[in-house]
Amino acid sequence: MKILVPVKRVIDYNVKPRVKADGTGVDLANVKMSMNPFDEIAVEEAIRIKEAGKAEEIIAVSVGPAKAQETLRTALAMGADRAILVESDDEVEPLAVAKILKAIADEEQPQLIMLGKQSISDDSNQTGQMLAALMDRPQGTFANTIEVDGDSVTVKREVDGGLETVKLSLPAIVTTDLRLNEPRYASLPNIMKAKKKPLDTKTPGDYGVDTAPRLTTTNVAEPPVRQAGEKVEDVDALVAKIKALGIA
Amino acid sequence: MNTLVWVEHDNNEMKDATLSVVTAAAKLGDVHLLVAGAGCAGVADQAAKIAGVGKVHLADDAALEHALAENVAPLIAGLMASHDAVLFPATTTGKNIAPRVAALLDVMQISDILSVEGGKTFTRPIYAGNAIATVESSDPKLVITVRGTAFDKAAAEGGSAAVEAIGGASDAGTSSFVSAEIAESERPELTSAKVIVSGGRALKDAETFEATITPLADKLGAGIGASRAAVDAGYVPNDYQVGQTGKIVAPEVYIAIGISGAIQHLAGMKDSKTIIAINKDEDAPIFQVADIGLVADLFKAVPELTEKL
Repeated sequence: MKILVPVKRVIDYNVKPRVKADGTGVDLANVKMSMNPFDEIAVEEAIRIKEAGKAEEIIAVSVGPAKAQETLRTALAMGADRAILVESDDEVEPLAVAKILKAIADEEQPQLIMLGKQSISDDSNQTGQMLAALMDRPQGTFANTIEVDGDSVTVKREVDGGLETVKLSLPAIVTTDLRLNEPRYASLPNIMKAKKKPLDTKTPGDYGVDTAPRLTTTNVAEPPVRQAGEKVEDVDALVAKIKALGIA
Repeated sequence: MNTLVWVEHDNNEMKDATLSVVTAAAKLGDVHLLVAGAGCAGVADQAAKIAGVGKVHLADDAALEHALAENVAPLIAGLMASHDAVLFPATTTGKNIAPRVAALLDVMQISDILSVEGGKTFTRPIYAGNAIATVESSDPKLVITVRGTAFDKAAAEGGSAAVEAIGGASDAGTSSFVSAEIAESERPELTSAKVIVSGGRALKDAETFEATITPLADKLGAGIGASRAAVDAGYVPNDYQVGQTGKIVAPEVYIAIGISGAIQHLAGMKDSKTIIAINKDEDAPIFQVADIGLVADLFKAVPELTEKL
């Protein structure tokens, strides 16, 4: 079977985002960008399924600017077989991304589509579920463990109260949570090899998808800043403070 | 405007998260509720008592027992013919179902709202809460998830809405519930606890976490949380995680022990009323948001604190 893995280029996990002074967004100029960490986990899981002999091909896809090629090369260096960049310089909302992914899935017919549960940029947590709805296929969100078995996949999900296990018939969409695996680092030889793997470039128009935004962001502001308080000298002083709060 | 609130429950009891969503919905218009489940008539009766609710739709069907998104989303999409907005709590179950509804309606969901600024305008956190975006929808219907800590809870008593049974549920036949491992605990739930004691990687291992954090939490009647590092290291289960991708909490008092304060953790707790931090590294970022800080070896300070309280 084929596995489709959508990945997103986002501000690096370790960079603290800065809001632009004019309130139009977050400053991404000269900021380190990386693959969305949850998507990295999805790529890793796809590779492990292939290594276990349960998949033949992994296709990485990204919707984003030309530079998202770098993100796709990372996926290829980790072990994906080929990549598709759907190029757009505008911000593409989750609904439109899901429509593009559906069109690609219609062409490629993957049995499994795995992607991060959310991007750490807009924190929407929507694309996987929307794609599942558009394809009228089942979804296993926030995956902690995945087991592919014949024509179904069993997904253990991280939920508020603990863990929940669901069984989905394939094709299915799975979104990955933090503890599914620890993604590998691409080795230098694999990074070199990845440069020669096929990478197709398309546009949203090629798939007939209108990416006009439905939501208009009218302002982006810094959150209220919390001021650092005081440091106390010892435990006795802390006890006094806690008692003053009336909780003990 | 008619709004529909999806009620979170376990077929026996309504979850508190619903009450904050009702408050958010009431800012938009009339509030109707949907109780979808199996054998959940008691939940509908409970929900009908929430102050300010106009009507409760009860969909009682075996296919809805485990709130599988494949089965619940089409039911909700159908109800949207007579509603203008549907709101869910931004819990794992709400976040699982809502985008599926949005896609069926061909609208963009607005995730994790912090405030209602107008009939179609909302604020929401992006970049782990490092920025707050104001967004306006141009879609004909609204699909929204609500951050519970950002809205007061509606009164659970005082209403007397009519309960109306509805049909229309069916099993999509593509997914099935297998099992759940839900921790039973006498301790307050993280998202509603007044006091939370949270531990980080410095707690060394599961035994040390338990021996250090639990006695203090017991003394304060507190919920127990953890940083991602502590969860990843296996000290505590995933449902303890506070942060950007875990639970968002805002208790009266949050006590962070051996937590350095990565932005992803701060995203989950910085709206707490009072933050207390104990850490041996005086430069730890947690002290930049803490109201009260103690620079100390937690293995000495926490047992002493527990004893003296």
